This record gives sequence, structure tokens and C-alpha cells, in this order.
Amino acid sequence: MTPFLPPDVLPIVFAALMAASVLAYVVLDGFDLGVGLLLPQAADEPERDRMVASIGPFWDANETWLVLGVGLLLVAFPTAHGAILTALYLPVALMLLGLTLRGVAFEFRAKATELHDKRRWDHAFFGGSLLAALTQGWMLGRYVLGFDDAPAALAFAALSAIGVAIAYSFIGAAWLIWRCEGALQRRAVAWARRSLWGVALGIVGVSVATPLASERIFHRWFDFPNVMLLAPMPLMTLALVAGLVALLRHLPLPGDALRRLPFWGAVGLFCLSFAGLAWSFFPYIVPEQLTLWQAAAAPESLSIILAGALVVLPVIAAYTVLAWRVFGGKAMDLRYD
Amino acid sequence: MDATVLARIQFAANISFHILFPAITIALGWVLLFFKLRFNATGDAKWMDAYRFWVKVFALSFALGVVSGITMSFQFGTNWPGFMERVGNIAGPLLAYEVLTAFFLEATFLGIMLFGYRRVPGWMHTGATVLVAFGTTMSAFWILVLNSWMHTPQGHEIREGVAHAVDWWAIVFTPSMPYRLAHMLIASALTVAFLLAGLSAYRWLKGDRGPDVAVALRTGIVMAAVLAPVQAFVGDLHGLNTLEHQPAKVAAMEGNWETRGHVPLVLFAIPDEAARENRFEISIPSGASLILKHEAAGVVPGLNEFEGLHPPVAPVFFAFRVMVGVGLLMIAMGWTGAWFLRRRRGELPPLLLRGFVAATFAGWVATLAGWYVTEIGRQPWLVTGVLTTADAVGPIAAGTVLSTLVMYLTLYALLLFAYVATLFRLARKAKALPGSEGGGNPLTLARPVPAAKA
Ligand code: HDD
Ligand code: HEM
Ligand code: HEM
Repeated sequence: MTPFLPPDVLPIVFAALMAASVLAYVVLDGFDLGVGLLLPQAADEPERDRMVASIGPFWDANETWLVLGVGLLLVAFPTAHGAILTALYLPVALMLLGLTLRGVAFEFRAKATELHDKRRWDHAFFGGSLLAALTQGWMLGRYVLGFDDAPAALAFAALSAIGVAIAYSFIGAAWLIWRCEGALQRRAVAWARRSLWGVALGIVGVSVATPLASERIFHRWFDFPNVMLLAPMPLMTLALVAGLVALLRHLPLPGDALRRLPFWGAVGLFCLSFAGLAWSFFPYIVPEQLTLWQAAAAPESLSIILAGALVVLPVIAAYTVLAWRVFGGKAMDLRYD
Repeated sequence: MDATVLARIQFAANISFHILFPAITIALGWVLLFFKLRFNATGDAKWMDAYRFWVKVFALSFALGVVSGITMSFQFGTNWPGFMERVGNIAGPLLAYEVLTAFFLEATFLGIMLFGYRRVPGWMHTGATVLVAFGTTMSAFWILVLNSWMHTPQGHEIREGVAHAVDWWAIVFTPSMPYRLAHMLIASALTVAFLLAGLSAYRWLKGDRGPDVAVALRTGIVMAAVLAPVQAFVGDLHGLNTLEHQPAKVAAMEGNWETRGHVPLVLFAIPDEAARENRFEISIPSGASLILKHEAAGVVPGLNEFEGLHPPVAPVFFAFRVMVGVGLLMIAMGWTGAWFLRRRRGELPPLLLRGFVAATFAGWVATLAGWYVTEIGRQPWLVTGVLTTADAVGPIAAGTVLSTLVMYLTLYALLLFAYVATLFRLARKAKALPGSEGGGNPLTLARPVPAAKA
């Protein structure tokens, strides 16, 4: 098949697709890992059941974005894939351990007949979510600083791990505000309020650390005219955080008004932070080492994937919307009948 | 041990664990659809009861398939970076198509299939079941396309050591693909047949004798009786195809050292690679020549023709016997069961029922053995004639690989134990619920735990 886009445009298209699926993953699995992180804070078993039920129909599809993201990295940028995954070998293995425990705990806890058995899978659910969130944050931190292993860089990765875990529990809490009622919803508002501060601190931390760590990134943000053109980004972030703080002080409102807003606000924060990172790194795919073009696969293979993706992605989007509509509204018990 | 060996053990452990669950879900999805359609057509509650029990088994197996599959999608990068560098232009698009056309489909509609019964109209629920079953089958299709290309590659050209796609049609439809796909899909159906029969026989023996149990038992036995012989036939065709394209593999399967006519069919032996001969051989004269060439004097290539370039003989040889042995056992059990079903109007003797319980996971044994034949039989190649396994391994230190290997093995042992225990517990528990004797009892995922114990 002959490439139907100029060969040097293809890598950009694929980088955009990959970024979109990673962002989709972080938002979507972010909220269900976040719910897992909040599980130990629930008051009792029915409340835990309700929390798990709120993500039951979604988690599998959410995780598929990770498979797509890694798959695109693998197929479109094979050299970068090898370099990144060998550098992150251990955290990847631990993340998989976490995702495995979390994923199977859904099913095993539902099928447990004894309460102590079920509690054991609750712990696996929480532990798995925590491990996955921490390792993802750690990998982000390592990636941002170009896999530097100086102690300061590792400390940064550790902070990033905690930051991502807090961000996930924030979007998880925002999801619960939308999907739950009564005491659980009120508790979720309190959880969201608490973790929002962590999120804000995390965003500030990363925004300060990256330009300091890399001169290239510093110039990218602070040279004229970039600094003017980019100014709306931090300002929007600030406004969003302030708006969320104010909103969370008043929720839940009568008639459950604005119940969706914290979640979409959280999505906005995730998108802005992601855009900031993307701007810092473009056109590198392995920071400071490999650019998109150096790492890209053969154009004829990329073309055939792109052709498929352009046909299939709208279909995927359509049936995802269908599933979200079917399971819209407040979470119900998960029943097979 | 060096990192290459460890990386191979790790990859083999991960994929062996993964395949256990697709082997169940691929066919169980279609069986569930069958139950649902029978219910729609007859209105008989037993079909829906059977559906409700087996959908739980499906959900559990699916979850394990998904999490182990996600591990798989990282394995190529972490353990075989050389694989993607050299043949990524072929493997990449095939994997991408699997994600796009299969994984999203099944993952999204799984939610509706499992939890949507009360939320969507009946036709949509049936439709979701169709799409999930179709999605798992598509997964199998794409991954087997890739795997078959690795065995019998074509449609590519090598430029500067890297494979480039020339003809996608040829890449998808390689000579071994139709056989491998058919054999694997039937393997999945047989795995499910024995799972259905085994768990239902277990319930029956425990005194849980509702019509839903009987109907699942009957479905399992009929599937086994019909498909086990078909599988042997397809397997034979698969073997003939392999003889054409990978003769060294067939020589190892047969334990045949010399190229000659009148090759015996070796029933048992211990192949000795150092002496290049078989010990303790028991064989049928000219048997292998008859099977592979359809005449007693047919000349079949032997291992000595490929010295230095053939796979390790003993594992391929034994794994092949395990698979075929289980296959023959399946034919015997399927036919015995079917005979009793027809002649005795469903009265199965307890001994046979116990046999089915013992064979609950027979499909797993044969499937794993079959894959070991296939994959070890391809060695020393990773992609036949294109890339050797040793060239594809990554630069990770042995200690690191060992530590993650230990982690995976521990995790898998635990999960496998929990999975099997949960299946049998589900089978015992099904009866304890009121109204399970044919009644429409709601077996729910979120069944509240009794407050007294809380
Ligand atoms: C329930 C599972 C099961 C059963 C009962 C059988 N097989 Fe099988 N066999 C498989 C499951 C399987 C498999 C797991 O699906 C394999 C591995 C790769 C493949 O394509 O199929 C396989 C591979 C495989 C191969 C290797 C093909 C290759 O890669 O070159 C041969 C020659 C046979 N089979 C032949 C048979 C014969 C003659 C059987 C007679 C009873 C038989 N199989 C029963
Ligand atoms: C269809 C998808 C599959 C693909 C793409 C695939 C690919 C591979 C690759 C890349 C290797 C590593 C090279 C090596 O160690 O030889 C391998 C080896 C292996 N695979 Fe597969 N495989 C598939 C299915 C399976 C299944 C389902 C099983 C088992 C149930 C299996 C069992 C093994 C084993 C045991 C080895 C190790 C052989 C050895 O090292 O001697 N494979 N395969
Ligand atoms: C013979 C070998 C294989 C077969 C037949 C097979 C089939 C399947 C099937 C049917 C599923 C759906 C989930 C389930 O039903 O349990 C699945 C899941 C998955 N498989 Fe495999 N697979 C094989 C090997 C592989 C390999 C080699 C990879 C890695 C590249 C892989 C990656 C995945 C992933 C990522 C999932 C999860 C998809 C989801 O989110 O739904 N599989 N596989």
C-alpha cells in the first residue's frame, strides 16, 4: 500500500493519536483507579459495593486505552518503545501486578461467599489500584527528566508518584459525586475537597521542576513571544482550580444540580496538564534523546494502520457513547439479570 | 541462568497463563448466545438459569483474560525489543488491528452483556452477547494471523535486515493460518465442552439436579462427541501442512531421526539427542509414513537432515503425545457420554460423571501441550527463516528478569488456585440458593453479604 500522507507527517499524526489515547487512559482509568484508592475510606461493605458498582461496566474498556496507547507506541515508534520499556522494566512489571490484582478483584470479591474472603479481595482492589497509580506516577517522573538517575531526579519521580495517586483519587471522588447519592456522595465531596489541594500542589511542582531541569524546555516556555501566547494555559488552570474549590464548598446542591461539574472540571485539569507536558516535549518521544521522526516505523506500515484507525475510531467512539448512556445516571447494583 | 533463557521462560509463563482464559471465553461466548437464543425461542426458564450460571464463569474468565492480556501487550517491548525492530512492520499493524477491531468491541459490550439485562431492550442484550462473542473470535483471528506468519512467513521483503510488508493479503493468509485458526477455535470449543460437562457433573453428583444443570451437561457432552473427532481430523491436516513447511518440527513430533520410507509410528520412546536415537521405543511399523504420506513406503524427512537447525526433540515429542492422548480420551468420553444420553434417556452412570469431573480442565492440558509443540517446534527460529530467538532478546540484566519472573509465577499460581476454587464454589453455591431447581432465581453479582456476619 502506498502511503497516502507525506512520510514526515505520518509520525506527527501517530504521535497525536498516541497522545490522545494516553490522555483518554489517564482520565478514564484515572477515575476508576481513584475509586479504588478511596475504597478503604468507605463506611461499610454496602458502600464499598456501591463504589465498585459505579465503575463495574467501565473499567475494562477504560483499560483498553492503555493497550491502544502502548500498542501505538509499539507499532509507530518501535525504537522508542524498546528504549522506554527497557528503561522502565521494573515499574512496568509492578504496574501490571497492580492492574492484575485490581482487575481480578472485581470478579473475585463479587463471587466471595464469606465476608472475610470478600474483605481480602477489597484489600487486593485497593492495593492494586494504589500500586498502579504510584508506578504510573513514578514512570511519568522518570520520563519527564529523561530517565536521569541522579538522586534528585529519583526524588522527583517519587513526588510525581504521590502526585498522580492524589490526582487519581481526586477524579475518582469527582466521579463518585456524580454517580452516588446520600451519605456516600457527601463523603465524596469531602474527599474531593481534600485531594484538590494535592492536585494543585502537584501541578505547580511539575511546572516548576521541568523548566528548571531542562534549558530547552525553559526557553520553549519563557522566550518571547511564547511566554505571551502560552500565558492563558496557567491562567486557565488557576481559574479552574479556584472554581472547583468554590463549587466543592457548596455541593451537594438541592436537586443534585451541578453533580457532573466536578468530574468535568477534573477532566479539564487533566487535559491542561497534559497539554503542558506535550508542549514541553514535542518533538521528542524519548526526552532529549529521540525525536518522533528518528523513532518512526516504515511509512507503508503506518499507512495501513491509519487507514484502519480512521474507519474504526469513529465506530469505537459511537459505541462508547452508547455504553455511557446505558449506564448513565446513579450507580445501581451490578446484577447479571 | 542467562537473561535470554529467563526472558524466554517469562514470556512462555505469561502467554501460557493468558491462553487459558481466551481458550474458555472464545467458545463460551457463543455457548451463552446459544442458551439465550434457546430461551428466546422456547421461553423455558432452564435455558435462562443455565445462562445465568455460565455468564458468571464467563465474567470471571474474561477478567483474567483481560488482565493477563494487558501483561502480554507489554511483553514484546520488555522482553523482545529485537522482535519489533526487525519484524515490527508486520507485527505492528496486525496487533493494532486486533486492538481496534476486537478489544474495544468486546470490552465495551461486555458491560452491557453482563450488567445491562435490566437496562436495555432484549434485542440489544442479545446483540451485545453476539458482539462480545464475535469480538473474542476476532481477537483470536488477528493474533493467530500474526503467529501463523511467524511460522510460515510470506508477503514481505527484507531490506537492511528489517522486514517490510509487500503484500498484506499474503501476510494475513499464510499457508498455516487456516489450519491453526480452525484447530485453535475447536480447541476452545472442546475446552468449554469439558468445562460445561465437568462442572455440571459435579453439581449433579452433589444432588443439584435442576433442568438447567441437565441441559448444560447435555450441551457439553454433545459438543465433545461431535467436535473431538473433528479436532483429530483438523489436527491431522494441520500436521500435513506443517510437514510441507516446517519438516524439522514434524520430525521432532514423530521422533524420527533418519530420512527414509516405512517410518514407524512411535507410540512411546525417550528421544536421546546426544546419541541421536530413541530409547525404549514402542512403535507401529510404517505407521508414520502411512499417516503423513498415505503409503507405507512414503519417504519422510528425519531430524539428521536438519542437524543444528532443528528444535529440541524431547519437549516437542512429549507435548505432542500429551495433546493427542488427551484428544483420543476426549473422543472416547464424548462418545460414551453421547451413547448413554441416547440409549439411557439421560441416565449417566456415576462413574462416568466422576470421569467428567476429573476431565473438567482436560482442554487446558491439550491446548497448552499443543502450543508447546507449535512454539518449541519452531525453534531455533522466532520467525521461521527470518529471525532467530537469540537475536530478539532485550538487554535486561538476568537478576531483574528473575525477580519479575518470580513475581509473575507467584501471582499466577495464586490466581489459578483462586479461579479453580471459585468455579467449584460457584457450582456448590448455585444449589444452596432458593428456587434453583428450575426456578428463575436471581443470582446477582452484588448479592448482599448477610448482615449477621458483618
Ligand atoms: C483441546 C485442544 C486440542 C486437542 C484435543 C488437539 N489439539 Fe492439536 N493443537 C491444539 C489443541 C488441541 C492447539 C492449542 O490449538 C494448537 C497449538 C497451535 C495450534 O494451531 O493449535 C495445536 C497444535 C497441533 C499441531 C501442531 C501444528 C504446528 O504448529 O505445526 C498438530 C500437528 C496437532 N495439533 C495435531 C493434533 C492431532 C492429530 C490431534 C488429535 C487428537 C490434536 N491435535 C488434538
Ligand atoms: C498466538 C499468539 C502467539 C504469539 C504471537 C507467540 C509468540 C512467541 C514469541 C515471540 C516467543 C518468544 C521466542 C521464544 O522463546 O521462542 C514465543 C515462544 C513461546 N511461546 Fe508463543 N506465541 C503465541 C502463542 C503461544 C501460546 C498460546 C502458548 C502457550 C500456551 C505459547 C507458548 C510459547 C512457549 C512455551 C514459548 C517458548 C519456546 C521456547 O523458548 O523454547 N505461545 N512465542
Ligand atoms: C493464541 C494466542 C492468543 C489468543 C487465542 C488470544 C485471544 C484473546 C482473547 C479472545 C481475548 C479477549 C479476552 C478474553 O476473552 O479473555 C484476549 C485478550 C487480550 N489479549 Fe490475547 N490472545 C492470544 C495471545 C495474545 C498475545 C500474544 C498478546 C500480546 C500481544 C495478547 C494480548 C491481549 C490483550 C492486551 C488482551 C486484553 C484485551 C481487552 O482489554 O479486552 N494476546 N486475547
